[in-house]
Amino acid sequence: MLDTLGILAQAAGGADPTPGLKVIGAGIVYGGAAIGPGIGIGIVVGNAITAMARQPEAAGMVRTTMFLGIAFTEALALFGFVLSFLLQG
Amino acid sequence: MRSILALEFPPVSHLVEWQPLYFEGTPFEVNKVVLLMWLAVVIVLGMFFAAGRKSKASLVPTGITNVVETGVEFVRTDVVLQTMGPAGLGYTPFLVTVFFFVFICNLFEVIPGIQMPVNARMAIPAFLAIIVWVIFNVVGIKNQGLGGYFKSMLFPPGVPKALLPLVALIELVSTVFVRPFSLAVRLFANMLAGHLLLVSFAVLTQALFSATIVGAVVPFGLLVALTAFEVLVSGLQAFIFVILTAVYIGGAMHPEH
Repeated sequence: MLDTLGILAQAAGGADPTPGLKVIGAGIVYGGAAIGPGIGIGIVVGNAITAMARQPEAAGMVRTTMFLGIAFTEALALFGFVLSFLLQG
Repeated sequence: MRSILALEFPPVSHLVEWQPLYFEGTPFEVNKVVLLMWLAVVIVLGMFFAAGRKSKASLVPTGITNVVETGVEFVRTDVVLQTMGPAGLGYTPFLVTVFFFVFICNLFEVIPGIQMPVNARMAIPAFLAIIVWVIFNVVGIKNQGLGGYFKSMLFPPGVPKALLPLVALIELVSTVFVRPFSLAVRLFANMLAGHLLLVSFAVLTQALFSATIVGAVVPFGLLVALTAFEVLVSGLQAFIFVILTAVYIGGAMHPEH
């Protein structure tokens, strides 16, 4: 896995990337990785609130499922977060 | 030292890598993170043994017994019964142990004088994820048989025939590789991100305090607020780790219909 990430880092950074370009690349990676999960978590939480407002008695179950959905959606942003550090290293 | 916004910001490796204290140069190096991990183990064991002994002495729960009973009750009703149903109650002790261990490891992030989340080092979340991976695969093979487990994993019902090869490939990759990887990275990255956030605001507060005392008020207020937020994140990540474990084990116990 780490080998692949190293190759990816080299491909993204070119043969001899300057430190500045590495930092910019890491910033772009994290920014790009945060877009999708941001929208996704918004959809998950928004719909969970709608469901809780419609049926307050089901709030406990909805909340558990909402955290599950957030956890799955959030994973992609966290991969980007980790990858941005790996790209700098 | 790297300068960001004219602040001297320590490089990331300085924030999470600690000098070896004992057995330097061997594979059994002990540093601050390892000591904290052992401390977490001792705290969890101590809590449960103390609570067990006290509840034997008197039936009315007080002090530590209340904490432990609330935790067990929470995992039982909000995690096991919600995701696995009554059939999964046998996994409650395992899930309670994982919950308290992860929670206390995370909580070291905000305890003054320690302030190092153990789970911000990849080894511990990775090992926990490997344990979970082994358990849910063994449970699946035991309950459904080797062929049955792979059949229900690779070919979910209700998929058009033409898409089956593609779906099988995606399901294989997502169950065998992505599940443990994302389980470990989620915990690790959340704790690392929280630690970096707290460090950033602490560095900012310190720099502004030495420049103008008044300017440090806002970052210090945010630092306090973020510390409270990180307590919430610690609990939430422990809860999410445990509930995903329960979902994976529950999914392996009963094939989808």
